[in-house]
Amino acid sequence: MTTPALFPYLLRLGDDRLVLGHRLSEWCGHGPILEEDIALANIALDLIGEATLLLKLAGELEGGGRNEDALAYLRDSADYRNALIVELPKGDFGFTIVRQLFFSVFSLLQMEALQRSTNAELAGIAAKAVKEARYHVRHSAQWVITLGDGTAESHDRVQTSVDELWRYTGELFMADDIDREVAAAGLGVDPSTLEGAWRAQVDDVLNRATLTVPKTGYMQRGGREGRHTEHLGHMLAEMQSVPRAHPGATW
Amino acid sequence: MGEQTESKSSSAPVPADSQWPLWEVFLQPPKGEPHEHAGSVHAATAEQALQNARDVYARRGEAVNIWVVPTAAITASTPEDMGPFFDPGNDKAYRHPQFYKVPRGIRVF
Repeated sequence: MTTPALFPYLLRLGDDRLVLGHRLSEWCGHGPILEEDIALANIALDLIGEATLLLKLAGELEGGGRNEDALAYLRDSADYRNALIVELPKGDFGFTIVRQLFFSVFSLLQMEALQRSTNAELAGIAAKAVKEARYHVRHSAQWVITLGDGTAESHDRVQTSVDELWRYTGELFMADDIDREVAAAGLGVDPSTLEGAWRAQVDDVLNRATLTVPKTGYMQRGGREGRHTEHLGHMLAEMQSVPRAHPGATW
Repeated sequence: MGEQTESKSSSAPVPADSQWPLWEVFLQPPKGEPHEHAGSVHAATAEQALQNARDVYARRGEAVNIWVVPTAAITASTPEDMGPFFDPGNDKAYRHPQFYKVPRGIRVF
């Protein structure tokens, strides 16, 4: 059983992880310490691995002959369906790690629910991703608490990152017809149902980190419909440069 | 990292606290053998040391369990101890159980 909405739904799942994985990979060789450099690269590889499986499945369902590489490297930014939060430039380490916390908690809840998808392949991908996401949450939460409850400077810098990123968190939970259709078919999960649990987990970490949530009601959106920030285009130009310059190249 | 390199190349002394504490990492292989020393990591807390050990030494399925121990908590013998500690063991054959008769029927031990 499937529905036409499953293809764009899988693009959203895959693009979130591909774009965030690439942003994290930008830390490779630039991490604050050797151990964290390796940790960030590990997490980037986890995310890119999840994206590979999700986009492969999306390509098969689309039936147009596009595989995961075609979807990753030959689509323009307007065809990407990731949430805006994952495409923002990596910023300082505090910014990166706060974004990792926000996304990882969301991803864990989403993948836990998707383990029950009526699409067996998606359920299998989710079962693998749950284990990875659980570690990503543990890693980012530990860092947010260390920095938030650390020195005055580390506290101020992660608080600034929380303030900047907060307005991008709402989009993760905005449901549209695509989400509702896959949820009704038992294939996907309506993201709006995850917000309560996400907020409780994030609040718990922020409280322990002595950080506060900004009092803003406005939430940015657009990524799910292909309206992106200028940053995604620049990122894709770099990410796609080799496959576009050498179509079909293998090594 | 860059700042540390700079301070090293100049004549200014490197602050003693520029590195986080060192931790020794021990991994238990998947077959359930005893933990073996794998290397060391820097970390500010035990949880961070555990995570760093996982990411540096166990990210490719090398282990089913990890121990991290503050390096400062380990008491080690010194090179000067080598003679008194280990040499006497080599010239006393009677310390080794090699004079027992092996029971019949046992071929491999």
